Amino acid sequence: MLDCKQTSQLISQSLDRSLTVRERFAMRLHLLVCQYCKQFSQHMQTLRVAFKTIVSTVESDNSIEMPSATKSRILRSIESIKD
Amino acid sequence: MATTSVHDWLNQHGDYLYRFALARLRDPHLAEDVVQETFLAAIKSPNFAEQSAPRTWLTGILKHKIIDVMRKSVREIAASDLMTDDDASMDDFFDETGHWAEPPLPWDMPEGALEQKQFLGILQTCMDKLPAKAAQLFLMRDVHETDNDEICKELNISTTNAWVMLYRARMGLRKCLEINWLSA
Repeated sequence: MLDCKQTSQLISQSLDRSLTVRERFAMRLHLLVCQYCKQFSQHMQTLRVAFKTIVSTVESDNSIEMPSATKSRILRSIESIKD
Repeated sequence: MATTSVHDWLNQHGDYLYRFALARLRDPHLAEDVVQETFLAAIKSPNFAEQSAPRTWLTGILKHKIIDVMRKSVREIAASDLMTDDDASMDDFFDETGHWAEPPLPWDMPEGALEQKQFLGILQTCMDKLPAKAAQLFLMRDVHETDNDEICKELNISTTNAWVMLYRARMGLRKCLEINWLSA
């Protein structure tokens, strides 16, 4: 039987690679009986979702604009290429 | 003519591209730089005049520029730095029998917009507290969804080492978030 340390490692790795059948079985078995690791697993999912939310929130926030000085700088650098 | 339309593009899509970059790089200066590089690459491109969907096209260029920046900063991580701390740093999380030293607690997930904003704010703070290197690796993997093999190639580390690094980053982040979110 896996301990919590080993299980948490497998939970993390399951986000990065496909676990073997044996690993997946051992992980699920532990999760059946361990509230704490189940909690940990949910937290890992929450983290992923939260990061996606941050990205889409910033992306769709119309109040964030590129500084006008930067726009001018970009225009100048474009002009200098054209010349 | 080309210059005119770039001018229009900058007005129409500049802010969007900037937000797109800022959301992923989390650094205003880097975001400005990649947007500038994107416009310069666009104007030099032979396909420039034929673009019927400029925003999509520019975003495609921008994505590559962002990945380049991530790669560069990850490459600056010396492989030796990744390996220095051994398993000892994980001792805080588990006791000698492999059980949680402090068991993960249930989180009340933010529901309202205000609560959600607070949660994400704490997450940002915790991200900033992670060692820069761990944060980079974590961002590459979990935000940019970069392929694991690619990360390993960039960092010149084994896949096993990448898993260990990501595990540590996630453990640290989770702990920080728990402490700050539950006390909020």
